[in-house]
Amino acid sequence: MTSSIDVEGLSLSFPLYHGNARSLKKTVLSTVTGRMAADNRNRVVVEALRDVNLALRPGDRLALVGGNGAGKTTLLRAMAGIYEPVAGRVRVQGSLNALVDPHLGMNPELTGRENIMLRGMYLGLDKKAIEGLAEDVAAFAELTDFLDLPVRIYSSGMIVRLGFALATSVQPQVLLMDEWFLAGDAGFMEKARVRLENLVRGVEILVLSSHATDVVLQWCTRALWMDQGRVRADGPPAEVLSAYLGHPVQLSEWAQQRMATTGSDPGEAG
Amino acid sequence: MAPPMEGSSHLQPSENVVLDLAADQSWGERNRAAWRDVCDGLAQWRLVWTLAWLDIRLKYRGSVLGPFWLTLSTGAMVAAMGILYAVLFRLELRDYIPYLGLSLVLWGFVGALVSDACGAFTTNQGMIRSVRMPFTLYAARIVVRNLIILGHNAVVVVVANLVLWTWPPAGVAWLALPGMVLWLAVSLSLALLLGALCARLHDIPPIVANVMQMAFFLSAVIWKPEQLDDRQWMLALNPFFCLLEVVRGPLFGTPPSLLVVGCALGYSAVLFAITWLVFVRVRGRIAFWL
Repeated sequence: MTSSIDVEGLSLSFPLYHGNARSLKKTVLSTVTGRMAADNRNRVVVEALRDVNLALRPGDRLALVGGNGAGKTTLLRAMAGIYEPVAGRVRVQGSLNALVDPHLGMNPELTGRENIMLRGMYLGLDKKAIEGLAEDVAAFAELTDFLDLPVRIYSSGMIVRLGFALATSVQPQVLLMDEWFLAGDAGFMEKARVRLENLVRGVEILVLSSHATDVVLQWCTRALWMDQGRVRADGPPAEVLSAYLGHPVQLSEWAQQRMATTGSDPGEAG
Repeated sequence: MAPPMEGSSHLQPSENVVLDLAADQSWGERNRAAWRDVCDGLAQWRLVWTLAWLDIRLKYRGSVLGPFWLTLSTGAMVAAMGILYAVLFRLELRDYIPYLGLSLVLWGFVGALVSDACGAFTTNQGMIRSVRMPFTLYAARIVVRNLIILGHNAVVVVVANLVLWTWPPAGVAWLALPGMVLWLAVSLSLALLLGALCARLHDIPPIVANVMQMAFFLSAVIWKPEQLDDRQWMLALNPFFCLLEVVRGPLFGTPPSLLVVGCALGYSAVLFAITWLVFVRVRGRIAFWL
């Protein structure tokens, strides 16, 4: 089955039930008295996404750019089926992995091995695959003796390695990735970069929410500029980024050198 | 599907996903989506079981007795209350303590389940907001967790009967099995309903706590239905009593009357209907409320 993402006229809004507006009293009263009913209809709603349209096919690598609160993460979550559309339609075909929360389901009281096993079960892997997962993750995260100790006592570096290894251990057809994943870029080990690039190269469709110019230019074939929940611009990454940042963009020298020496360009291989 | 890259051992997810979500769904589509949620959730029974066990193991990690602390505290409660009320009500100790033990253990399940059900979705908000999972999974986790606790507490009933050497007639005990099946369905239904309502309306948990407090005293847990004499029929009006009796009665050697069984089935049917209507309507909204 070929993968695809189709988003048609998608709108999402979050009702704000602040203070006691959320209480039973208001709900009961609002159905009884006319004044409160008007109050209820005028409730505060945050429009997180407004009429977003987009279609992605295998080979597409989309970058979501835009300021904080522009709706990038919400759009990722909507494509992952976490938020169901308030208006419009979302259709995703193919195995999907959404890397939205760095600590997804990780419980600090459980041991590393138990956390790995749980993640495997959430992913619907069978017993044998879970053993493979544990081996792969433990080797990458260099946990050795700590694997059977609670995550609570891990060093922060070990927790980052474990979370990263877990999130990148499964090869989906559609990968939705939030920018947190690239957050520690400067300090991140070269090894982690290679692993992430391998993963990105293997997926059919990538949707990446990012602020990092280098990553967007290197990996992506298309960019979407989100502004207050709307699509402000949609086109080649360099053009959209230039418009968004207000100045021409190009790969940093560091990234150019790196591409020349390693030939690593996940964006082209898809 | 793309082959794994050289030098990496990426696993392939086991199945392909087709996600098709649209707003303004017809009632039929919403029904199908809710039904799929329930089926997918129950199909993950392996994960549900693991999560429920981990909940209990985590709570008692590092303690010597582990989950048997639950057994011990229930046992102490039964002994203390049993002797006190046997004196107050002038009851035969050998008759009352096994009855009270059984009632308290079963009510312990009901009470804990209902209070956990209120947090079915709110306590899992991190998970719900980062990965799409059937909501039934979180509800089933609560049911299984409390079932495991019930298993530990059952020791109290056995010990009480051993100490006093009072065994109920074994002939009717098996009748508790269909009662238990009904309990499982009702529990799952309650967890879905209360979980969704409490996620939306924060006033529900205290209301539920008050109702359960009253229900404890009104449902013939610490007293016997016979003590009502010719007003026993009134107990049929209490859904908690009817449901409690379909499991407790057979285990105590006094199978429930047809009236009580009928009422238990009736109340359950009403609960299922309400849960279904609410769940079909709000399933897609729960993630927005957390």
